Amino acid sequence: MRNSTSAANNLHDHEITTIHERQLQLRPEFKKVFHVKIQKRKKLFQHLFYFLFRLAAFINFAALAIIIYFILSNGLNAITWEFLTKPPVDSMTRGGILPCIIGTVCLSICSVSVAFPVGVFSAIYLNEYAKQGFVLRVIRLCINNLAGVPSVVYGLFGLAFFVIYLEMGVSIIAGALTLGIMTFPVVIGSTEEALKAVPDTYREASTGLGATKLQTILRVVLPTALPGILTGGILGISRAAGETAPVMFTAAVFFSPKLPSGIFSEIMILPYHIYVLATAGTEIEATRELQYGTALVLITLVLSMNLIAIIYRAKLRKKTKI
Amino acid sequence: MDKKLKIRSKNLNFYYSQFKALHDISLDFYENQATALIGPSGCGKSTFLRCLNRMNDLITGIRVEGSILIDGKNIYDPSIDVVSLRGRVGMVFQKPNPFPKTIFENVAYGLKIKGIKDKNLIAEYVEKSLRAGALWDEVKDRLNNTALGLSGGQQQRLCIARALAVNPDVLLMDEPCSALDPIATQKIEELIHDLKKSYTIIIVTHNMQQAARTSDITAFFYMGKLIEAGKTDTIFTNPALKTTEDYITGRFG
Ligand SMILES: Nc1ncnc2c1ncn2[C@@H]1O[C@H](COP(=O)(O)OP(=O)(O)OP(=O)(O)O)[C@@H](O)[C@H]1O
Ligand SMILES: [Mg+2]
Repeated sequence: MRNSTSAANNLHDHEITTIHERQLQLRPEFKKVFHVKIQKRKKLFQHLFYFLFRLAAFINFAALAIIIYFILSNGLNAITWEFLTKPPVDSMTRGGILPCIIGTVCLSICSVSVAFPVGVFSAIYLNEYAKQGFVLRVIRLCINNLAGVPSVVYGLFGLAFFVIYLEMGVSIIAGALTLGIMTFPVVIGSTEEALKAVPDTYREASTGLGATKLQTILRVVLPTALPGILTGGILGISRAAGETAPVMFTAAVFFSPKLPSGIFSEIMILPYHIYVLATAGTEIEATRELQYGTALVLITLVLSMNLIAIIYRAKLRKKTKI
Repeated sequence: MDKKLKIRSKNLNFYYSQFKALHDISLDFYENQATALIGPSGCGKSTFLRCLNRMNDLITGIRVEGSILIDGKNIYDPSIDVVSLRGRVGMVFQKPNPFPKTIFENVAYGLKIKGIKDKNLIAEYVEKSLRAGALWDEVKDRLNNTALGLSGGQQQRLCIARALAVNPDVLLMDEPCSALDPIATQKIEELIHDLKKSYTIIIVTHNMQQAARTSDITAFFYMGKLIEAGKTDTIFTNPALKTTEDYITGRFG
């Protein structure tokens, strides 16, 4: 028994050697024909994909550059002190956009103060407390679907629910609540992301020192996740500031000579103002410059809000440094 | 040499869902002694250690049978306050895990969650704990720097100091030196030696020399069972069982 196995082993060994030798002999030819071909194809693919990736990245950059150039070159002439500090006059064919700027800022701040706490609290619940299971899956499904609803649907919902049913009228609060619901999945998403990035070892360390779950969350998890959570806030603000559809039925009006006086005021906002000038005005062509000027202000506003938050976030990150 | 009984594990069984990780563990720990838990990877040392301050409670689907008495009280009794238990039974983890806060804030953390507000008192405790953790001299000039800037060995001593700050009776250490170089390891071993005077210490280690150097009692685990426990000298020179001898001498498998 033993002998025969070892004999078989020997035979096996022998075969292996011969195959090996044969391969070695063939090698040079392989190299010449086959190998070179493969090498060439590999190289070609390398170059091709490298080029594609680079092109895609470049298109990205080019798109932003073109947009900014286009808006700057068309709208820069419209930007005057008067444009920034006066309300529109003469059926909005002249004058400024002050009410729109103030309206947009108010609306963004209000909608983030709705979406941010609710979003952060939900994310904490989902990530730190909820047990994996059916209920959690249903909640997640709802959030994902909420993120997929077209913005004009939010507008109609806001009109029906906040403006009419809850009798808020067309007002900042109705618009802020509508926008809040819309940006809420964005905030949840980035907050959860940030909470997941907090290593479990921090939670263990805190628990091991005799901290309650709430203390652990408030004193260790949230401070560590704060930079990431703020990103959610930033995304929320930018989204809210630029939206038209959800607010045109709920908060924004065509024209309002007064500045907003409280959360129940109706307001003018930048994106809707552009929309009105470009489609429904009496002098669409004559107000082109005003349209681009307004767009320029809107973009500047959104970008500078982002910038402030990004700088703040970078500062925080330096302090906690994970 | 009459030592006072501190912890008594009685017929402890532990399950991760269906998987039985600990089988009928009965083991005593005495005050002012260091006990080393040794055994091959996966034998349940960490699981057992984490039973002693109920850290396993964080994992879903676990089940515990039997009892663990600390100062005569069963810590698995429903009436026990788990949070204050963890204050009495401190833990140091395998990987140093300081919070992304300053050195001072790390040590002060346990005090603050206890509700201590007096700034002077906190500063006093922080200094005392850092001294006890043999780290004070190295960090006293940079208490407000982030703890993540410390070396691995310093971080681990910071974690020990942080655990000491809440003034526990028992200190659990799960392979505290496995991520450290020999010099840092030696520092921590010396520290364990000092800490023994005031704490009950239980240390998991894969390093036989370390177990021999630091502990008074050694317990050998194998496949979720406690195989043999006794005076460290005896276990290392004259173990009662063949399995223990094989493991200690490295003839395992
Ligand atoms: N969270 C968990 N869920 C399920 N099984 C687990 C879990 N943690 C550990 N186990 C299992 O329990 C057994 C004991 O694990 P434990 O971590 O206690 O081993 P250990 O002795 O500490 O090993 P090591 O020396 O590698 O750290 C192992 O078989 C492990 O796979
Ligand atoms: Mg372990």
